Amino acid sequence: MKVSTQWLSEYVSIEGVTPEQLAEKITRSGIEIDEIEQRNQGVTGVVVGYVKHKEKHPDADKLNVCTVDVGTGEDLQIVCGAKNVDAGQKVPVAVVGAVLPGNFKIKNAKLRGVASQGMICSASELGMNDKLLPKDQQEGILVLPENTELGLPITQVLGLDDAVLEFDLTPNRSDCLSMIGAAYETAAILGREVKLPSIDLIESGSAASEKVSVSIEDESLCSHYAIRYISDVKIGPSPQWMQNRLMAAGVRPTNNVVDITNYVMLECGQPLHAFDADKLGSQIGVRAAREGEVLTTLDGQERKLDPSMLLITGNDTPAALAGVMGGLATEVTDATVNIALESAKFSGSSVRKTSRKLGLRSEASLRFEKEVDPSAVIAALDRAALLLSRHASGSVQHGVVEQRSGQIQEQKITLSLSKLNRYLGTDISMLEVKAIFARLNFKCGDSAQDQLEIQVPTRRGDIMHDVDLIEEVARIHGYDQIPTTVIEGPTTPGAYSKSQAVRYAVRRRLTSGGFHEAITYSFTRPENTQVFTAFSADSHAVPLAMPMSEDRSVLRTTLVPLLLESAQYNRNRKNSDLSFFEIGKVFHASEQKVTIQPIERMMLGLLLTGNRNDGTVGAASRKVDFFDLKGAVESVLEELGLSVEFRADAPDGFHPGRSASLYLKQAPSQRIGVLGQLHPQLQRDYDLDDTYAAELCLDELYSYAAPEIEYRDLPRYPSAQRDIAVVVDLSLEAGKLIEVVRQSAGELLQDVNVFDVYTGDRVASDKKSVALALTYRHAERTLTDEEVATAQQQVVQALEENFAAELRK
Amino acid sequence: MRERLEELKVEALEQLSSVADAKQLDELRVKYQGKKGKLTEILRGMGGLSAEERPVIGQLANEVRDAIDAAVSAHAERFEREDTERRLASETIDISLPGRKLSRGAVHPLTRVIEEIEQIFIGMGYRIAEGPEVETDYHNFEALNLPKDHPARDMQDSFYITEDLLMRTQTSPVQVRTMEAMSGEVPVKIICPGKVYRRDDDDATHSFQFNQIEGLVIGKNIRMSDLKGTLLHFMKELFGSDTEIRMRPSFFPFTEPSAEVDVTYKKKGATEAGWLEVLGCGMVHPRVLEMSGYDPEQYSGFAFGIGVERLAMLKYGVDDIRHFYNNDERFLEQFARQ
Repeated sequence: MKVSTQWLSEYVSIEGVTPEQLAEKITRSGIEIDEIEQRNQGVTGVVVGYVKHKEKHPDADKLNVCTVDVGTGEDLQIVCGAKNVDAGQKVPVAVVGAVLPGNFKIKNAKLRGVASQGMICSASELGMNDKLLPKDQQEGILVLPENTELGLPITQVLGLDDAVLEFDLTPNRSDCLSMIGAAYETAAILGREVKLPSIDLIESGSAASEKVSVSIEDESLCSHYAIRYISDVKIGPSPQWMQNRLMAAGVRPTNNVVDITNYVMLECGQPLHAFDADKLGSQIGVRAAREGEVLTTLDGQERKLDPSMLLITGNDTPAALAGVMGGLATEVTDATVNIALESAKFSGSSVRKTSRKLGLRSEASLRFEKEVDPSAVIAALDRAALLLSRHASGSVQHGVVEQRSGQIQEQKITLSLSKLNRYLGTDISMLEVKAIFARLNFKCGDSAQDQLEIQVPTRRGDIMHDVDLIEEVARIHGYDQIPTTVIEGPTTPGAYSKSQAVRYAVRRRLTSGGFHEAITYSFTRPENTQVFTAFSADSHAVPLAMPMSEDRSVLRTTLVPLLLESAQYNRNRKNSDLSFFEIGKVFHASEQKVTIQPIERMMLGLLLTGNRNDGTVGAASRKVDFFDLKGAVESVLEELGLSVEFRADAPDGFHPGRSASLYLKQAPSQRIGVLGQLHPQLQRDYDLDDTYAAELCLDELYSYAAPEIEYRDLPRYPSAQRDIAVVVDLSLEAGKLIEVVRQSAGELLQDVNVFDVYTGDRVASDKKSVALALTYRHAERTLTDEEVATAQQQVVQALEENFAAELRK
Repeated sequence: MRERLEELKVEALEQLSSVADAKQLDELRVKYQGKKGKLTEILRGMGGLSAEERPVIGQLANEVRDAIDAAVSAHAERFEREDTERRLASETIDISLPGRKLSRGAVHPLTRVIEEIEQIFIGMGYRIAEGPEVETDYHNFEALNLPKDHPARDMQDSFYITEDLLMRTQTSPVQVRTMEAMSGEVPVKIICPGKVYRRDDDDATHSFQFNQIEGLVIGKNIRMSDLKGTLLHFMKELFGSDTEIRMRPSFFPFTEPSAEVDVTYKKKGATEAGWLEVLGCGMVHPRVLEMSGYDPEQYSGFAFGIGVERLAMLKYGVDDIRHFYNNDERFLEQFARQ
């Protein structure tokens, strides 16, 4: 809402307050002022002049030499190039010494040999916004009304010495979609009086009810519909002051009738509509549209109507979309004589639905949507009728023709002073509270001890509860006056939950190992839910009802494809060595057609690609491989105190020979993760180099995770280490060997590690040699060679029996 | 014999004086002092000397041996010193070559900001609450005092899945879920960080997916002044101890009174701090309390919500919100600090 301070000062004094100060005060009281627009863009020394004569320039076809009186008693000779300049006009004249916007100084000049003592100005030369000018003023010089006083500064004539405050209204403050509303707000903030505009209407002629009738079909969609009949209007331009105010408010002047309806809407917040009464017909109805009806609206568009839309009809013919836009057929034109002036309260949600459906939003619909003040319906109607009689020489016929349901009632709310102070943490007295409501123009009843009854004006439909009144007190009292305190009562311990602590630990472990945390979008393309289905195989993906694009039309079911897309993004930017992880949710629905909330699983995704080292001297870079990824996963799980098993079961999306699933030792039937090299086919699809990815379901880990450190005493006795190398089948997993070693070595075995795997000339082509390091230790004594040898013997024997392993000497 | 000793001394010392390396030195040592060396050989002839001569010659022989010894060790020391110097010289490295760094990855800047805020509130006795990202219409809107035909609930502004399910547009439904779970117990002191989704065309300052942190406190006698005190403490922790805040009245359907909070903030290159809007807050609306099982006559509370991306953009000077979601390695890498 653009609020002209000049216009505002008609309803409330803002004397002694600069526009900047006012803007600051209003902002601090709850309505943000986005911008202060100075209407004067830098005009000084331009005055109203009278063109006495016009002659053709002797040497230039397109120029005229004008004799202009600017009220100084001395005529000026001004050369003017505008087509529309003519003798007998009142025009803005920039005399020598005047300044125009852009710091353009007017000097004595010679145009094609003829002296020119100034310049006759167009509206845009005066810095006025072209778009807001009446159509006939958009070209050529600005021609002023004949009765404009000679010599008057143009800034005064055009109301340019005005600052316009842009009110950025929150949805609850639609009361300030009017100058009067803005005036009440300003008055409350400054502690001044509101002066309401005159509605001293003189009625004449016959009763309006003889001309028109009004009937509302469904009062829930329109609680009040009122018509005034104004006859014998003369269409013409509206007065300059009205045009100035409309332009300040961002509305383009049209003609006196339209301007008056707009003016009153801006003044009172109540949209009005003027019908050409002779085109409308005498029986005015308010009803829902019927299937198949059409209406051509003021903008010339034919609109197909449906029963959800509310219509105004004349003799049952659609005439206007209630509260949204008028119809072309009943529009006020230059030929209009009689006017049916409408003021009504339409249901906000009905207007909103219609305007959304048709994509038609207007100043009127905007106000109806937010529910207009029921008290303003008649006030605005009368005010507009008064202005029509004054400025369109109409005669207002007797009476209002109307239908309404219910009575207008001001709501009464009881406010408790102790609650107010308890709620705000303040110590405001009853006297101060009463003073604040007086400033707001809210009536107070007598205060009984702690209680005060407040009568809320109908213009403040946003105030329904005592807390709304508390806010009113707080904001007028000043939020700055609210002290800062510490919450009273018992202190509470703050901490991460276990799952949060686990995620925190995972993040720290991975970043300390060189992984960057990525965050990808939760929405993805459907293809991305068809791959890496380890956790989603038994569920369905969740599509959005109205996606913004196909690429983001469904909720992700796995993190891996999104990490792959991140890798692709980086690859295109030549970042090819990547270690990424993401912690985020995936969404799995149990039903094909979603009706209940899907299962949200917290996943950990990892991605590795490119080279390990960046190739500094002495640290040759090498390509990452499966074991880099496996080690990262193991490190994370170790951090959480978890032991897992890797099973080579070729999970979906991965290279079948280079992938595995993860199972917790404590819960071996539940798959908790997958990892591996990306399947070559997918690698091609995503256009990547060798890439390794893992995905773990963190939800499955929380309850087993033991992030606490368990300390063990240091060993007091030395260990004995023995290495053995065995030749086994090429396909035998090292993990199986280790398992048998653990089972067979006895209690003295403390640790076993694979430290080399050899295939090549020195073993058969279907065999490999696996070198194992075994560490033996006894907690309470030094081991003897014999004990160790016995254990080794058992190991070798078990390996021979289980795998036909041959000991390499 | 005396002459032979004298000669030997002169000869040995002369040869030693021009010794070139450790090997030659050792040869000379053996030549003169070894078991078969010249000195030993001469001394073997001592047996033929008279009793008077023997001590005299013996002493002389000792002197000769000591002189040779001294020369040998002096040279040996020199060679060792020279050897060490040579080795050090040959082992000298170019210390200007790059070091091999410990690798460190980055916690995502949005997570960093969230974690920092979590730590501040944990320090103030808050728990971290979480909730689903796919919400029911009831929890996301209705229970927050946005009834069915409220303008803020337009289908166009949210990502609906069904008529009743949508991607949460705010973290406020976690408030509702927490209150439901606490079933009337007080105090409630939580913050809830998380992803939210709104239908917005992506540009430098808008993203259809972003993060919020919601805060909620409910108890007996929770006052608006407590909200102000809490936020002041929070902002001082986050932006520095000289930070100030101010509240401006505002509107949210789920709080009353409502406020926007500005903090003093010095923009890059600015000489003076200005006010910058950072969060919205207010006293929990009695209808919201009531719907989630708290009697508004008995309990009161405050709530606040803060946009994580905006804070992260301010804190790190990031000028385009999309950077947070592109996962460009060159972007993420810059946050690889503890």
